[in-house]
Amino acid sequence: MSPFRSLSTAMVKSFIRDKATLFFAFVMPLMFLVIFGLLFRDIGSEKIKIGVYGDGAVITALDRSGVVDIQRFTSLDDGIAKVRAGDLPGLVEATGDNVVLRFAASNQAQAGTVQGLVAGVTQQLNVAESGKPPKYDFRAEQVEDASLKPIQYLTPGILSWGIATTAVFGTSISLVNWRRKQILRRLRLAPIGATTILTSRLVVTVGVALAQALLFIGIALIPVFGLTLSGTWWMSVPIFVSGVLAFFTIGMLVGAVCKTEEAATGAANIVVLPMAFLSGTFFPIDQAPKWLQAVSQVFPLRHMNDGMMDFLVRGKGPQALLLPCGVLLGFTLVVAFIASRVFTWEDS
Amino acid sequence: MTTPDDAIVVDNIHKSYGDLRAVNGLTFTVHPGEFFGILGPNGAGKTTALEIIEGLRKPDQGSVRLLGHNPFPRTVALLPRIGVQLQASAFFTKLTAREQLETFAALYGIETQRAHDMLDLVGLTDKAGTREDKLSGGQRQRLSIACALVHDPDIVFLDEPTAALDPQARRNLWDVLRAIQARGKTIVYTTHYLDEAEILCDRVAIMDKGEILALDTPAALVRGLDAPTRIILDKSTAPRDLPGADEVTEDDLSVTITTRAPALVLTALAERGALDGLQVRTATLEDVFLHLTGREYRA
Ligand SMILES: Nc1ncnc2c1ncn2[C@@H]1O[C@H](COP(=O)(O)OP(=O)(O)OP(=O)(O)O)[C@@H](O)[C@H]1O
Ligand SMILES: [Mg+2]
Repeated sequence: MSPFRSLSTAMVKSFIRDKATLFFAFVMPLMFLVIFGLLFRDIGSEKIKIGVYGDGAVITALDRSGVVDIQRFTSLDDGIAKVRAGDLPGLVEATGDNVVLRFAASNQAQAGTVQGLVAGVTQQLNVAESGKPPKYDFRAEQVEDASLKPIQYLTPGILSWGIATTAVFGTSISLVNWRRKQILRRLRLAPIGATTILTSRLVVTVGVALAQALLFIGIALIPVFGLTLSGTWWMSVPIFVSGVLAFFTIGMLVGAVCKTEEAATGAANIVVLPMAFLSGTFFPIDQAPKWLQAVSQVFPLRHMNDGMMDFLVRGKGPQALLLPCGVLLGFTLVVAFIASRVFTWEDS
Repeated sequence: MTTPDDAIVVDNIHKSYGDLRAVNGLTFTVHPGEFFGILGPNGAGKTTALEIIEGLRKPDQGSVRLLGHNPFPRTVALLPRIGVQLQASAFFTKLTAREQLETFAALYGIETQRAHDMLDLVGLTDKAGTREDKLSGGQRQRLSIACALVHDPDIVFLDEPTAALDPQARRNLWDVLRAIQARGKTIVYTTHYLDEAEILCDRVAIMDKGEILALDTPAALVRGLDAPTRIILDKSTAPRDLPGADEVTEDDLSVTITTRAPALVLTALAERGALDGLQVRTATLEDVFLHLTGREYRA
């Protein structure tokens, strides 16, 4: 076996023999994915409910539109009571040619939507009835899935976060451990170069990240979770690689600075936790306040997140590679340079 | 005395940690095929000296030639020719004894079979599948030695290899080390056990406080001491007025006769039939240490 392969094998063995590491790398992110995936499964796909009393062309058209759930009432008073109680945003009363919409002003947003809907449907029918071709042509076209189903943003988010956490913790703690246990010193006495040690560590980190990606995406694709990958999912590979590189070098820096495993754990947490919360791991970042979105731009995890999302689920084109890859690789270069400055083979 | 093909030439090396002079002007050479011992109490500077010679530390002053090369900064061509057992064992986390050896063997481009032979050599075959953290102190020590020997180096550095070993393992290791020397390899080792060094080493350097106090063959060091022989007898059997006795002291149980003419005393004792339970103590390296430092040797 070559020195490179034997070192990589040694690292993989100590990785898979450590139950705690395995848990944090695979089980915990998976738990988040499963819990959030199931919890938020139906959010966003829910239709607006609307009460109806009576019958006629308007009601039929509303039902066919497919954007509302219709609940029929046989008594007008029952329906109005429901609207009053806030259970329904509105009630359409259709008797003959009269269409009356009753709504509660307490839920303005939904009431507005319902008004627009009912008015729109009614106008359409009016135009059709008049026999004239409509002057203004109106079409609705979907440009992109702005409001993704939760699993669509949870998967890239939790995947990026899991990879980042494992790369930073795994790299930093094993570096500290090897230094403290004098393995690095002992390796200095073997006829191998520093690059052999570094690249074998990097290859192991990439391998672990790949295993995480396959596992998380594989689970999310199961119908209960219902992830649908976009056609350009394979373009997320460069994002994945530059992301792993960025977090590998951050781990190197943490491991170079810290003297003990405890210190490395603490430092890695300080680096990773704020990123995890502010980079859109658990909720879409574009729902956050503007200033927070601005702040989150400094985090490499934010860019890995965005990049993974753009290709895994949003189906963006190659030009979307530039920003995230550029930022992540730039990060890698800067951090790697600093890490190489502070690195020592042994404690003084 | 220095010849071009000396294995190790150490010239006036110094190393300080802050105010502490850990190594303070060492000069010596080690010949090829020699078994060289560095002795001394805790903190004498043995490990520091060894690590400077191995190229792990830069001396503040002075120079080292190791197989004709300067070991510092790191000289890759030299590394396959030296084998090092560090005082604190350095093992890959969570790997078994066999895997440690296989990994080290691969680092030197050695085939796996050799790794298994090494396990056998240090008597760890039955612990081959045991993880590094589950080995006993002595087993770790033996594994660490095996890792230093796996690539069959020309010079072997062992830092307290027999510390933590039980008497049986210690003897076995002596045999291993003698066998290595018999194949023409050079061994440099440190120890606290003066008796062991006396048995194993061709030459020993006795160190204290960063300096070499004496350097010679164990026999020459002891002889140079010109110390009297002590003969210890059971109090009940001890006769009086022996010829050749310089000094006689007694305690509750025994009588100790100090003499510079042991033959005379022993003959007289034999004539009087008083040899039962008799012990003869000649000087050891411990006495040399005591003489050199004025302190009792405490390992
Ligand atoms: N890295 C270090 N930093 C500061 N002081 C050190 C360092 N290493 C050793 N020393 C000091 O240098 C002195 C010599 O240490 P060294 O380890 O060489 O002794 P030694 O002879 O090997 O002792 P032992 O028999 O206990 O192994 C000691 O007083 C020790 O405290
Ligand atoms: Mg020591």
